[in-house]
Amino acid sequence: MIEIRNVSKWFGAFQVLKDCSARVDKGEVVVVCGPSGSGKSTLIKCVNALEPIQEGEITVAGIPVTDPKTDLPKLRAKVGMVFQHFELFPHLSIMQNLTLAQVRVLRRTREEANEKALKLLDRVGLRDQAQKFPGQLSGGQQQRVAIARALAMDPLAMLFDEPTSALDPEMINEVLDVMVELAHEGMTMMCVTHEMGFARKVAHRVVFMDGGEIVEDASKEDFFGKPRSERAQLFLSKILQH
Amino acid sequence: MNFRWEWEVFLRDTGGGESYLDWMISAWGWTLAVSALAWLLALVLGSAVGTLRTVPSAWVARLASAWVELFRNIPLLVQIFLWYHVIPALVPPLKEVPGFALVVFALGLFTSARVAEQVRAGIQSLSRGQQAAGLALGLSLPQAYRFVLLPMALRIVIPPLTSESMNIIKNSSVAFAVSVSELTLFALQAQEETARGIEVYLAVTGLYVASAFTVNRAMTWIEARVRVPGQAAPERR
Repeated sequence: MIEIRNVSKWFGAFQVLKDCSARVDKGEVVVVCGPSGSGKSTLIKCVNALEPIQEGEITVAGIPVTDPKTDLPKLRAKVGMVFQHFELFPHLSIMQNLTLAQVRVLRRTREEANEKALKLLDRVGLRDQAQKFPGQLSGGQQQRVAIARALAMDPLAMLFDEPTSALDPEMINEVLDVMVELAHEGMTMMCVTHEMGFARKVAHRVVFMDGGEIVEDASKEDFFGKPRSERAQLFLSKILQH
Repeated sequence: MNFRWEWEVFLRDTGGGESYLDWMISAWGWTLAVSALAWLLALVLGSAVGTLRTVPSAWVARLASAWVELFRNIPLLVQIFLWYHVIPALVPPLKEVPGFALVVFALGLFTSARVAEQVRAGIQSLSRGQQAAGLALGLSLPQAYRFVLLPMALRIVIPPLTSESMNIIKNSSVAFAVSVSELTLFALQAQEETARGIEVYLAVTGLYVASAFTVNRAMTWIEARVRVPGQAAPERR
């Protein structure tokens, strides 16, 4: 579903991604982890071309993301994305947040879009908040709305960019619960996260990045059982000791 | 002090069958008309130019910057004279255009540069993630601006725009320099004809204050109307 081949990227003279290759098959959940500054958020933003790359190739559902002839809005509409800071549109109600792109991009009628939005709000447990505005919800609620907003486009795959790292601890689980449910339903997911409990529960594979490189790409069992690289061992020992 | 007020001066005939009060009211109308039309022009052009200053295309952004620098680095009075004396000489068809319209252009373009700066700052104050979120949903860049960035940015810049809208009323007084019959020109001529400069200037001052204050109240009302629920109320000025 998502194929990343030999991708390199520079910010000025600084190389943030070094010859990265990875893939996410249909129905697979891949967790990308690594120390901060390792390039994992940058990598996931390259998948839907929010960040340009200088070398390599990325395809999503067979469509080359990096080809200048690709209709990017059309491609992005098929790939859901959830951000660290939610990025709900503050001037729009929760309902309008969920229906804007359905109507403007997918050309659904208002009725269809509303129906879809309510169904998804139901699913993330926020139907009664439909008429509120983002600023009136808690962080956990906002992030669940953001997931619902992405799902409203009926995406082929979902990208999560540190979806819980801006949340207060007591709100992390309500968001992870929604993500676990999605994974169990067979959604194709690429998640940048430090939530190793989530990775243990639903990930098929774990990709470990450090210094702009993909250091390890292993099945969940191998990664948590006996990571081969020293850097991954060090990383795990640091985040799992508490 | 044995100064005697003589407010009856406004009832005197100007010699043309109307009183000075009538003349002053009509001059006030000209002031408001120049200001309103120039403000409309400034808002439309300023929003467009301010938006273009933030787009990824380097040459579009540079063109928009050039616009801003051109119109804010020349004194307003000089710009009025340029529109009145220089430009019609270079572009002869403009000789037919009334002075009123030239003043509207001059004041509108001058203010558009200032509005553009406010709008640019408003857009840039939004988090980069807002644009990314719009694009990630499949919106095109123009759609992201229209539905995501501009609605928030314009709300943010209402307070500085309030100052600009009051400035434009005050700045419209330079129109006297090219003989548009607005309040300041009225004041100059009426005090010469009647020798009651104190009453005339006080009355004109009162009208300027009342106009600017009304605009201020109107903008505050708009600001409250479009306030986003759940967002902190802006500081009261």
